[in-house]
Amino acid sequence: MNAIAGSNAVKIRARGVTKRFAVRRRADVIAVDGVDLDVEENELLAIVGPSGCGKSTFLYMVGGFLEVSEGEILVDGRRVTGPGTDRGIVFQHFALFPWLTVRENILYGLRERKVAEAEREATTAELIALIGLRGFEDVYPKQLSGGMKQRVAIARTLAIDPEILLMDEPFGALDAQTRTVMQDELLRIWNQRKKTVLFVTHDVHEAVRLADRVVVMTARPGRIKAIIDAREAHAPDAANVRESPEIARKVNEIWEHLRDEVALAQRQEAVSSSGRGG
Amino acid sequence: MARLGVEAFRYAPLVLLVIAWELAVRYGVISPNFLPEFSAVAGTLWALTLSLELPENLGISMYRQAAGFSLAVVIGVALGIGMARVRAVELAFRPLVTLWYPVPVVALFPVLVLILKLGDQLQITVILLGSILPVILSAYNAARGVDHYLAWSALSMGTSPERLLWKIVLPAALPGILSGIRVTLALSFVLLVASEQLGALGGIGAFTLSAGENGFYTGMFAGILTIGLVGFVADRLYLALIRRLLSWRDEE
Ligand SMILES: Nc1ncnc2c1ncn2[C@@H]1O[C@H](COP(=O)(O)OP(=O)(O)OP(=O)(O)O)[C@@H](O)[C@H]1O
Ligand SMILES: [Mg+2]
Repeated sequence: MNAIAGSNAVKIRARGVTKRFAVRRRADVIAVDGVDLDVEENELLAIVGPSGCGKSTFLYMVGGFLEVSEGEILVDGRRVTGPGTDRGIVFQHFALFPWLTVRENILYGLRERKVAEAEREATTAELIALIGLRGFEDVYPKQLSGGMKQRVAIARTLAIDPEILLMDEPFGALDAQTRTVMQDELLRIWNQRKKTVLFVTHDVHEAVRLADRVVVMTARPGRIKAIIDAREAHAPDAANVRESPEIARKVNEIWEHLRDEVALAQRQEAVSSSGRGG
Repeated sequence: MARLGVEAFRYAPLVLLVIAWELAVRYGVISPNFLPEFSAVAGTLWALTLSLELPENLGISMYRQAAGFSLAVVIGVALGIGMARVRAVELAFRPLVTLWYPVPVVALFPVLVLILKLGDQLQITVILLGSILPVILSAYNAARGVDHYLAWSALSMGTSPERLLWKIVLPAALPGILSGIRVTLALSFVLLVASEQLGALGGIGAFTLSAGENGFYTGMFAGILTIGLVGFVADRLYLALIRRLLSWRDEE
């Protein structure tokens, strides 16, 4: 299993990363257990795994929002000790600022970083066009659908142009058409600006279509079960639109790894909802 | 126009009450010794307004109310958020707040008179002490309940931990804080009048009390009507302000 990457520069390095949550009157929850992972510079890496296996938790630790219980995470060789603008994040539940309009949400990071006004406005206008929300600039998040909120969350993170993009099911709330459009946009941006992208998804097809490599995680406690190279499934001439018969084969391969874990996670859930798990 | 009609309709019960009051007294259902006719009270109200007696007392009262209320809001919000965010502040003030909770401030009035003497400072202190708790508690709870993902988002977009308070905690907690302040606003009027009737140099409460003691009943009711009206208008204005400030809020 090639969890440890070869030739390219390593952007994110996780070594023995473990996360335990203390829970009242129960044994600790081990959400992530001894994960070793190298994400190469400019790699698009997808993480798939059953619900509750620690995908979000792992992303939060890379983001510096949660401390690791054991092990360490290095970004550009430096230990992560907290959040930073080098790592942008799109949260699973968007976390838009409800008191700011769409435009102000996207402007937020640019203002905080004291970007000059002309540049700020240009970037924001460009991003609003990109996410197809022209005409909604001055609307508050409460007036947006889930899919629209998700697109604002993506734009807000892209605005600060971080070297690393952490995305937690970034297209989960989108309808099928918008989803494909946004996936292709992500590929386009990634090709243009060369970012390291770590994204979580429940959609195996999406993982294979977008990612260079796909990490399959086990049911809780989350460990790495397999890492599948998806590059060979991408049509070599089509950098942006990736479709090929190979993709279906890769999807099946990943499902073979996932099936048991999903079943296990469901059993865990049944046990803990009957009050004995933890 | 239609809006205006709806507004008018909403106050219809009040108008009916006033009419009932007028008729009940006029036709002897209620003795005029208990309650003067509304028209007589309104006439006195007008006369007292022209003689400036009412406006002057109201001015004194409003100064006390505004000062006590503003102090309660500023100190209460600072304390509530401070307790929610800084462990040391919570440890220092939580026992005080808990002990303060059941104390009826008006019962402390004689002590406060001894310490502060008669004067605006007395009423301002009573209002401050008696109305600050709802602001402290609502600010504390609202600041505690701020979604940590909002703070994480801000941090990852370059907001420093020190600026988090202004950029995220305060706006996110605003709905809770503002609803606590509304309670404080109502309390401040109650405390104003009560403390002015217990002992004050001037003010609408003192005026009402002395009018009653001197058998000047229409004047007494004119005073009561005035303070009721001012409190009502203050609450309406405050609600309008909340609606403006919180137009972004998702209400369900
Ligand atoms: N703050 C916390 N305290 C206690 N347990 C937690 C906490 N956060 C997460 N967990 C537990 O850790 C496990 C992993 O959670 P996490 O959110 O990372 O899963 P996930 O893989 O992102 O799931 P999903 O696909 O449903 O989003 C879950 O069992 C969850 O209940
Ligand atoms: Mg998750």
